[in-house]
Amino acid sequence: MADTPVEYIQHHLQNLTYGKLPAGYERLDPYTGEVLSVLDQATWTMARSAAEASDMGFMAFHVDTLGWSIAMGCLFLFLFRMVAKNATTGVPGGLQNVVEMTVEFIQGVVRDGFHGKNPVIAPLALTIFVWIFLMNSLKLIPVDFVPELLMWLLPIEYMKIVPTTDPNGTFGISIGVFILIIFYSIKVKGGLGFLKELSFTPFNHWALVPFNLVLEILGLLTKPLSLALRLFGNMYAGEVVFILIAILPFWIQWTLNVPWAIFHILVVTLQAFIFTTLSVVYLSQAHEDH
Amino acid sequence: MNINLTLIGQAIAFAIFVWFCVKYVWPPITEAMSTRQKKIAEGLSAADRASRDLELAQEKAVQEMRKAKEEAAALIEQANKRANQIVEASKDDARKEGEKLIEQAKAEIQQETNRAREVLRAEIAKLAIAGAEKILESSVDAAKHNEMLDKLAAEL
Repeated sequence: MADTPVEYIQHHLQNLTYGKLPAGYERLDPYTGEVLSVLDQATWTMARSAAEASDMGFMAFHVDTLGWSIAMGCLFLFLFRMVAKNATTGVPGGLQNVVEMTVEFIQGVVRDGFHGKNPVIAPLALTIFVWIFLMNSLKLIPVDFVPELLMWLLPIEYMKIVPTTDPNGTFGISIGVFILIIFYSIKVKGGLGFLKELSFTPFNHWALVPFNLVLEILGLLTKPLSLALRLFGNMYAGEVVFILIAILPFWIQWTLNVPWAIFHILVVTLQAFIFTTLSVVYLSQAHEDH
Repeated sequence: MNINLTLIGQAIAFAIFVWFCVKYVWPPITEAMSTRQKKIAEGLSAADRASRDLELAQEKAVQEMRKAKEEAAALIEQANKRANQIVEASKDDARKEGEKLIEQAKAEIQQETNRAREVLRAEIAKLAIAGAEKILESSVDAAKHNEMLDKLAAEL
């Protein structure tokens, strides 16, 4: 456990990182700063401090982000698959009701936002919505609960359980959506058609092709960026506030974190909804042939 | 907050989840939902049809009832008329029969009267002859005086 509030906050905002440290790297004690060991070759290991984690660079995994997000994804698929297998056309039971409400809600979103014919879009939207919703919901678990429990059970230093407060988590999804945007743009309009659309909109004149290209490519790149950063920003800010509340004396915390958590029931759903709707809209644009 | 391989891991996980959802989750659920929707729609239309049928049946029943009542009334009227006719006819017959009987009786009486008169006439003729014989104290030749006697009998 960290001592000062600053350390406490930093500790809570650090992911559990497994990555490659380069040869000759001096591993320091996170508290005293002493050199504990020097690596004689590049090593894959668990980061013991924030500095080590950032020194690992790109060749590292956030074990907690991946673990929790995959767990949530599997939970989603398990629940929905169970309902799908036992789906009755008669009177639905409790879980089937919830699942069908979600499916109907997504069907509505896709009907409103998507103006093409593609059987993948609706299940894609359902996956995005429920997965993000579940990942965001992890935030409603008190900030210290899971990390303390896991640190007590396992020899680990860090645990950040909300995958959407990690930009890797949100960018992973938005990049998936981005690849689909590019894929469907080329599939529907053809490679040349897509290029033509990028070159001749918004100004249909050959002299303005470079300008158009810059504008359109920027516009295209903004889509995954805005998707990922919006979700990440909202969740991260909310998390920071929860951590700040957790610094206060325990007997006063409920006055702040209860309203904030109730507010976050809305934020959790709203952010999942926004991500889903925008993805559907972007994919619909990809399908529109001018 | 370092960008690293997590990004790619997350994207791969996302792709697998989407694939699984597209393949194994979405189709059965939506199929069950649309089947149920169809069933409900069919049920509702069947209920509509049934209520319309019921209405028609009720209407028909009322009509049938009215028709049956009318028929019954007509039958009763006919029966009454027929009964009256029979009564009238039998009255007529009886009257005719009576008249015939009276007529017959009258004819018989007439015949009897005539016969009695004939007998009486013969008797008187006989008595007259006997009387005359007594008076004359001799027999009267019946053959000689038949003409006179017949004249006498005819005068009676």
